[in-house]
Parts: sequence; structure tokens; C-alpha cells
Amino acid sequence: MTWPALVILALGTYAMKAAGPVVLGSRTLPDRIVALFGLLAVTLLAALVAVSTFADGRSLSLDARAVGVAAAAVAIRLGAPFVAVVVLAAATAAAVRALGG
Amino acid sequence: MRSAERRILRDGVAIGVAVGVIGASFGVLARTAGIDPLMACAMSALIFTGGSQFLAVTVVASGGGILAAVIGGLLLSARHIPFGLSLAPVLRGSLAKRLLSSQLVIDESTAFALSQPTPELGRRAFYTVGITLFCCWQAGTALGAFAGGVIGDPAAMGIDAAFPAGLLALMTPRLRHPDARVAALTGAGLALAATPLLPAGAPILLAGLGVFAGLAIRRDGGR
Repeated sequence: MTWPALVILALGTYAMKAAGPVVLGSRTLPDRIVALFGLLAVTLLAALVAVSTFADGRSLSLDARAVGVAAAAVAIRLGAPFVAVVVLAAATAAAVRALGG
Repeated sequence: MRSAERRILRDGVAIGVAVGVIGASFGVLARTAGIDPLMACAMSALIFTGGSQFLAVTVVASGGGILAAVIGGLLLSARHIPFGLSLAPVLRGSLAKRLLSSQLVIDESTAFALSQPTPELGRRAFYTVGITLFCCWQAGTALGAFAGGVIGDPAAMGIDAAFPAGLLALMTPRLRHPDARVAALTGAGLALAATPLLPAGAPILLAGLGVFAGLAIRRDGGR
């Protein structure tokens, strides 16, 4: 990593974060458009969950992470609080790794 | 309404602290990759989006080169454009306030804000998670980068499973709607299918096409 690369990445990321809030400002968009952006945001978040669970670089793998996230999904279903879900995911993945999974 | 506000404060602070632990694992990873601790801290403060930070460091550590690291990081960051647009009803106020708030637009603050029933609660959720998480992310990064040797291996502790699990928990209320569920599943499938084919960061953008599957459900009146 170099400082110029860091600055380019930081400025680029900030510009993308700020685009919506700055351009739209206090204008009110039609509900349909707001709902569409909301749907897009949820879709991208879901993709991020899937990729961080199953991707290992550019290949897919079913490893301890997937077991941890599966345990978390069950806990979410049962209505467990956020911290419990996160701790359970990490502990499960750690246990699977410790057992050589 | 009172209890809803208290719940948001409690959950928001918990989310921020839990994700701060992931910040520590970023610090450790950066240290292992031979990145200067000060630079790791600057990445967390200035870039402030875990996904792109991890991606950039991983690409550099695996010998992928600086250019690939920057392009991958920017591709992955592009999701913040629709995040910011979807948060427009939540982020109001003067230009200066909106410019400052923009740095807090990240996965967790977006997911938590969009899961609230009203814009007012969404606003509260956004700032509670955004501010707590920003502080904890900096503290975590510094701890990992400067004292990483003491902490140990984040992977052995399962920290890499904590990020997707936490994000899943945050977006679950949203997934009660059939159109969101179909769009999310389609997007996730597209991203996984594209992972071996496209460079890092790009599969997440391709996943945006999943929206059309959700819209088709909505048009069918599947609500």
C-alpha cells in the first residue's frame, strides 16, 4: 500500500458515499424511487453477505465461515439479539477451525 | 415510540462495538501484510469501509499490485452510491451536515437505518451505528495494528464469520417483504456465480441486477 493509492481510494469512496446525500439534498423523491433504491441497497448487502461467507479470493469454498453464518441464521430466526448472533458466528467458526474443519 | 428509541440506542451501540472488533482484525491483517501501523489507521479513518480496506490489503499482500488494489477497492465501494441514494430521506439538513454524515454511510449504518419503520427512527439508527462504529473501528484498528502480536490470529477466532453474520442480522427485518427476499437471493446468487469470473469487487455490482427479480415479484402483486 502507498500513500497516493490510499488517498485515491479514500477520495473515490467518499465521493460515492456523498453522491446521494449531496445531490439529492432535501429534495423529496417519489416514494417509488426511494423504494427502488432501498431494494437495490438490500440486494447489494445480500450479495456482500454471500461473498464474504463463501468466496475465498476468486474461488468459492464451503468452510468454517459458512458453518458460523449458518449458526447465526438459526439464531436470527429464533430472535437472538445482535451481539449474541455475532458472537455465536465467530465462536462456531473458531470451533470448526479448532477441530480441523 | 420511546421504547423504539431506546432499543435503537442499545442495539446501535452494540453493533458499533461488535464491529469494532472486526476493526482490530483489520489492523492485525494490515500488520501481517507489512503495512505501516499509521497507514493502517489512516485507511480506517479516511476510507472507512471494511470491505474495501480488507480487499485492498489482501490484494497487496498476495502480490496483486497497487493498481489492482485501488480498482478493486473502488469497484467494491461503488455500492455506496445506491446506499447514499436510499438514505436520502434519512440524511437531511445543511450541506455541511450532509457532507460530514456521508463518511458514516457504510454497510451497517445503511442496513440498520433501512430496517426501521419510519425515517425519524432510521435517522436515529443511522447516527447511533455510524458514530459508535466509527469510533470503535478506529480504536480497533489502532489496537490491531500496533499490538497485533498480542491479540493473535483473527481467523482462528472466527472474526471473518462475524461480518457476514452481523450484516445478515441487520438486514433481516427488510427481508420480510417477498420482493426484497427475491431480489436479495437473486443478487447473492449472481455475485457467487460471478466470483470466479470477474475481478474482485465486480461481482457485488453485478448483483444489483437482482433488483429486477424483486420488481417482477412486486408487479405480480406478490406482496
